[in-house]
Amino acid sequence: MKLAVQVNEGPYQHQATDSAYHFTKAALEKGHEVFRVFFYHDGVLNGTRLTTPPQDDRNIVNRWVELAEKYDLDLVLCVAAAQRRGIVDDGEAERNGKDATNIAPKFRISGLGQLIEAAIQCDRLVVFGD
Amino acid sequence: MSDVKKFMYLNRRAPYGTIYAWESLEVVLIGAAFDQEVSLMFVDDGVFQLVKGSDTSESDMKNFTPTYRTLGDYGVRHMYVDKASLEARGLTQDDLIEVAWEDWETEEEVDNIVEILDSKEIAKKLEESDVVFSF
Repeated sequence: MKLAVQVNEGPYQHQATDSAYHFTKAALEKGHEVFRVFFYHDGVLNGTRLTTPPQDDRNIVNRWVELAEKYDLDLVLCVAAAQRRGIVDDGEAERNGKDATNIAPKFRISGLGQLIEAAIQCDRLVVFGD
Repeated sequence: MSDVKKFMYLNRRAPYGTIYAWESLEVVLIGAAFDQEVSLMFVDDGVFQLVKGSDTSESDMKNFTPTYRTLGDYGVRHMYVDKASLEARGLTQDDLIEVAWEDWETEEEVDNIVEILDSKEIAKKLEESDVVFSF
């Protein structure tokens, strides 16, 4: 099955991001296609490389990165949501005159059209949130 | 056009306490460019999103209620409101904004696409949807 995943909540605050990760990983291991994981609302906070959880806790950001490296997963942060919450890549830093970037590797920032496109193209859109 | 899907935006939260309502609306506005069959649904506290006469001037929040009135121009064909949610909050259709719709090609017009449905009809509309965006 061709799947799209939407993540609506931030890491650590809410289970949604853990559930989304485990679902995505399980789907990929079962041989399903995950066309895209789209991060919206506070979900964009899954994509900052500056996250530093305690050593005895899971590293949610790195977990996504590793999954993306293994399966060539498309991890997309909504640009409007990312701008509001201070998630910045090179392009956004230049456009908005910011002095730093913080996006994690394998993530990219793009528009809401990417969510709509995923919903159109996939057999299922699976939403994780409150 | 077999590639047209039935999109349902399910709105469950009050408009200003959290950002979900506003960011849901942003998806609807952007999604208009994709020419899908788009409906919105309002349940639970989501029904407050359509209450008319809201005034946010003293809360330092942008009042986005007027944006809902324009949704007919953004390809939204239906706006369904859950009757039980409305009644539980002491609201009636008179408390809600009206949203007009017009097909520019056929000139077909609907004065108000805001429609109140009972729980069975709500469930049926969700069942019939290809994609449900839940906010």
